[in-house]
Amino acid sequence: MSPDALMSVRQLSAAYGRQLACREISFELYPGEVICLVGESGSGKSTLLNTLAHRHRPASGEVIYRHARLGPVSLGALDEARLRELWRTDWGFVRQNPRDGLRMRISAGGNIGERLMALGERHYGRLRETAVEWLRLVEIDPQRIDDRPDTFSGGMQQRLQIARNLVTRPRLVFMDEPTSGLDVSVQARFLDLLRRLVAEMGLSVVLVTHDLGVARLLGHRILVMKEGQIVEQGLTDQVLDDPQHPYTQLLVTSVLAA
Amino acid sequence: MSQAGYNFAYLDEHTKRMIRRALLKAVAIPGYQVPFGSREMPLPYGWGTGGIQVTAAIIGRDDVLKVIDQGSDDTTNAVNIRSFFARVAGVATTERTREATLIQTRHRIPETPLAAGQVIVFQVPIPEPLRWLEPRETETRSLHALADYGLMNVKLYEDIVRHGRIATTYDYPVEVNGRYLMRPSPIPKFDNPKMHRNPALQLFGAGREKRVYAVPPWTDVRSLDFEDHPFAIERWDHACGLCGASDSYLDELITDDAGTRLHVCSDTEYCAARRAAGHQGDAP
Ligand SMILES: Nc1ncnc2c1ncn2[C@@H]1O[C@H](COP(=O)(O)OP(=O)(O)O)[C@@H](O)[C@H]1O
Ligand SMILES: [Mg+2]
Repeated sequence: MSPDALMSVRQLSAAYGRQLACREISFELYPGEVICLVGESGSGKSTLLNTLAHRHRPASGEVIYRHARLGPVSLGALDEARLRELWRTDWGFVRQNPRDGLRMRISAGGNIGERLMALGERHYGRLRETAVEWLRLVEIDPQRIDDRPDTFSGGMQQRLQIARNLVTRPRLVFMDEPTSGLDVSVQARFLDLLRRLVAEMGLSVVLVTHDLGVARLLGHRILVMKEGQIVEQGLTDQVLDDPQHPYTQLLVTSVLAA
Repeated sequence: MSQAGYNFAYLDEHTKRMIRRALLKAVAIPGYQVPFGSREMPLPYGWGTGGIQVTAAIIGRDDVLKVIDQGSDDTTNAVNIRSFFARVAGVATTERTREATLIQTRHRIPETPLAAGQVIVFQVPIPEPLRWLEPRETETRSLHALADYGLMNVKLYEDIVRHGRIATTYDYPVEVNGRYLMRPSPIPKFDNPKMHRNPALQLFGAGREKRVYAVPPWTDVRSLDFEDHPFAIERWDHACGLCGASDSYLDELITDDAGTRLHVCSDTEYCAARRAAGHQGDAP
């Protein structure tokens, strides 16, 4: 692992049964860096994301993570309790469908407070203050603190997911197509907000998208996936402006043509 | 020892041993839900089959049994269970908390403090405290294994959001021995403090869900809360209209067509004993 990398992915493969969905993926992620995973549907992006976070166990290879207390650790060697601790404190996971990432029967404030309560916060007043602060940060009217997310628009739900994840000030956030359910008009505002928070908090992000526009706006680097493999990776502008692999060339031109 | 078609305390010895083993494990790990192979009982689920099986597994010929339902010894359910054990185990029964060695209960803990050596068996409809938000059993099990209990405070948080205070008034969640989260069964939260460091052995049986759990004598039992919304029990402006007690859980009765209200002890035996000792309320 490079001395300043946050995460180092080595020869990582993932499978469903005997079917390989990711093959021998290797890359490093640095603090404050946003990496976008692009590729067509079924290319293995979500599987890779879940395997990086060890929500899906790798078939082979490993992920080394620079743990805040333990230093560099192989995630496969951590027990369930340690992994869960990472999931709910040091990492965030923003899902494509807000129904999977939010508790729909719980108020917005409760959604934001859940991680804090899991960490032992037992002061109602402080939980409220933090929730209000985060609703402001993600541009949701703090008056809505006691409303359930199923009364929110799609854009608000995604912003609430962001707040719920960032409230513990994680270092690493995984996002799986967070904008694909949003109207184009709403997307721009969401992406702006995301970009601002990522920069302000110095977050490292692995973001899955099939939208090269999103990658262009947010990503420092791009990994292009095809059939479970990385066929090209590099700085975003380089890959998008001067694609080397025929598949990337196809992706870029098909977007330009569209 | 057992004649054909008859066995002491209804259950066969094999089943009793199995339940006792589960109970020993439950006592060894306070608050932890231990699965057991629940048997068909001559009562439908919801009538306390879990509690009855626990009682049947531990009752001995010398035991003196008390059965209460909502604090009363006289409800149909209490009378049925009591006469069931009088018949199948031939044990003595009593209504007096102090005289009982074994108390089976639904919805209350007696007001008379329990003593060392006594055993109280709770009938439990739903044993899993995290079930309300997490329907998957595999997931609730790992939440318990990791003591990952933030969800429970989310529920209390939502209570305060909706009602301005923690509105859960019965089956109020507790942390046992600083470790396991436990549902105390639908007793009023008024009874929660009685579980804390109680000298008696407290056993819990859930028939439909096939779980037992336990709070051994003198174990810490803490009701969940927030620093700025601390746990508090119910209080009444009234004393018991019949016996004048101001330290007991009160039921409100409407006594006539004009809607006259009367507050009386829910624990009928406690109330009767106080009256027998000369205490009096201000009911006409
Ligand atoms: N739970 C699953 N069980 C079996 N196969 C799966 C499962 N999830 C995804 N796959 C398969 O793995 C491959 C990669 O899927 P996925 O990672 O979801 O791709 P992407 O996110 O890029 O659309 C696809 O062939 C998909 O059908
Ligand atoms: Mg996907």
